[in-house]
Amino acid sequence: MNKALQQYLTLYSENKDLICSKSAPGFNVWREQAYRNLLAEGLPKHGSENYEITDLAEMLAPDFGLNIARIPLDVNPADSFKCGLPHLSSALFFMLNDMWGESKGARNVLPEGVEIGPLSRYMQPAGEATEFYGKIADLLNPIVALNTMLVQEGLFLKVKKGMKVERPIQLVNIIEAMIPLMAVRRILLIVEEGAEIKLLSCDHSNSREKTSASLTVTEIFAAKGSRVEFYDMEENGSLSNRLSTLYLRQEEDSHAVVESFTLHNGMTRNEFHCEFAGRGSSLKLYGLGIEDHHNLLDNYSRIAHNAGDCHTDELFKYIVEDEGRGAFTGRIYVAPGAAKTEAYQSNRNLVTSDRARMFSKPQLEIYNDDVKCSHGSATGQLDPMQLFYMRQRGLSDDEARLLLKQAFMADVIQGVSLDLLRDRLHNLVERRFIGQDLSCSDCEVCPK
Amino acid sequence: MLKVKDLHASISGKEILKGLSLEVNEGEVHAIMGPNGSGKSTLSMVLAGNPAYEVTGGSAEFMGKDLLSLPPETRSHEGLFLGFQYPVEIPGVSMVNFMRAAVNAKRKYLGLPPMSATEFLKMMREKREVVELDNKLASRSVNEGFSGGEKKRNEIFQMAVLEPKLAILDETDSGLDIDALRIVAEGVNKLKTAKNATIVITHYQRLLDYIKPDFVHILYKGKIVKSGGPDLALELEERGYDWIKED
Repeated sequence: MNKALQQYLTLYSENKDLICSKSAPGFNVWREQAYRNLLAEGLPKHGSENYEITDLAEMLAPDFGLNIARIPLDVNPADSFKCGLPHLSSALFFMLNDMWGESKGARNVLPEGVEIGPLSRYMQPAGEATEFYGKIADLLNPIVALNTMLVQEGLFLKVKKGMKVERPIQLVNIIEAMIPLMAVRRILLIVEEGAEIKLLSCDHSNSREKTSASLTVTEIFAAKGSRVEFYDMEENGSLSNRLSTLYLRQEEDSHAVVESFTLHNGMTRNEFHCEFAGRGSSLKLYGLGIEDHHNLLDNYSRIAHNAGDCHTDELFKYIVEDEGRGAFTGRIYVAPGAAKTEAYQSNRNLVTSDRARMFSKPQLEIYNDDVKCSHGSATGQLDPMQLFYMRQRGLSDDEARLLLKQAFMADVIQGVSLDLLRDRLHNLVERRFIGQDLSCSDCEVCPK
Repeated sequence: MLKVKDLHASISGKEILKGLSLEVNEGEVHAIMGPNGSGKSTLSMVLAGNPAYEVTGGSAEFMGKDLLSLPPETRSHEGLFLGFQYPVEIPGVSMVNFMRAAVNAKRKYLGLPPMSATEFLKMMREKREVVELDNKLASRSVNEGFSGGEKKRNEIFQMAVLEPKLAILDETDSGLDIDALRIVAEGVNKLKTAKNATIVITHYQRLLDYIKPDFVHILYKGKIVKSGGPDLALELEERGYDWIKED
């Protein structure tokens, strides 16, 4: 057994009772199975299929502490946290490490027909979350298993039938600790028939000196005729490791947008497992990553067209600088019965230094003749002729590069349907490229 | 204004300019003509400072400064403008943002404060009229999806905005129909003053019916082999380049 994994298995087996007593029954019933899966399968080896770049053992190796006793933090995030995305949401919620943050004083106007709160509240016997929890997340996925074994809290969000929520709901995940800490969270989003919701989730780790890890599993259920938009933004410090795994199931005539923005990070592995379970649905899966220093971003996606007449638009773009590394694996699977599928996948990358690396694996797996599908990947450098043209007009080399890099990301950002978020993202990306630190500048949670 | 002496330049190790000399003064219009591969575009790229080209000998002085030691953006700020033969498409960068960045970079170089948004938009409106450029083009990405004629008009529009002392127009007539040619040439003529100068690089005499040169130079194998007045262009048109090659 791998040492990195062994420490979590030991932690669990020695503290089962404590973990369970500080959680809810709905979580607890799954833990043993997760433990057994991990014990049997271990962690996938670095270099094995779909783990060519990410070394899970390396990411999990530090001796992270977990707050299994649920010792509360004496911080009111609503007082001290100033997000880089203000005035966007109708309701703002916090998770401090992996605790539900009591946001006293946050003016949350909860739209009608929306049920939201700490997941543990809904994981009591016969709780609303129990029939959904773990239903689409695959317990054979080692990250899901590890999360399921250890998780004690998360976000529950349910939008009732026919309710259309215009303004987004925002969840801010903060990691703040004096020791190397792992936050284990779960997001459960249920969008009932004909309902509409936008959820914006932002990760912030404030530590510059301490290693931290987040282990998040998100399950999204999009019922018939629903519309869901999920924006996931990472603004973590360079010592943070993030493992984020998302499962999305779409019933017929549902429309989903999933966008992932990795602005600042250390080592990140994002997984997107999406399934069309009903006809006439669409998915837009977009991602943006900016990697520099020694940072790593590995995005893995699998989109299963198990029903016909569905549309996928997938686009991931990276800018890799310094000694950064980027990796993209995208697989679109079209089942034998999924006629009239339209699926387009594209991965485009800018690599701006000799030592930066980009790995790309675009894949289509099609078992039906009546489909329109394409996939492509292109990796290159800034065009010297564009740079010269701009400098001839008087822009400095730095200004020209900045404009070109921003322009490169423009179409991913353009995919965001929220005007405010889109404008804000343009601004955040610009600030990112000119080296302004986003994570701490607007936030007062940690002592400077 | 511009004094080029014995200029040698190469690209990818191949020497293209082999001892070119040229002097341009305020208020003058020079035409440089020559057959394919004679070094016309190389001359414009080298003067504008394209880093892909290597200067291997000679000198160039512009407004009393050593032109060849300046980065491209400084050459631009000093008043040198190159109208590209093939204007570059820059998807995702709007014309307005591009021009605002260019104008303010120059103002910064000159020690002036950035232009206000109102002032800037007013100027853009005025300058657009010089080449009858559609308002819609100004809000689109730089040259993206522009027709050949629109691209060339856009070059002259940028020239109008930046008000250069010396404009080098590289094959501005290529790919233009008669109407577009007239609009572009009229734009250039409107911008002409006694204080600035223009170098028109062209293949054909046609453009020179609209932009009247004071001097015509013939470039062949990387050198200016013949200079004269406007009549030289007419003579070329009549006799072709073979006559030069034979000399």
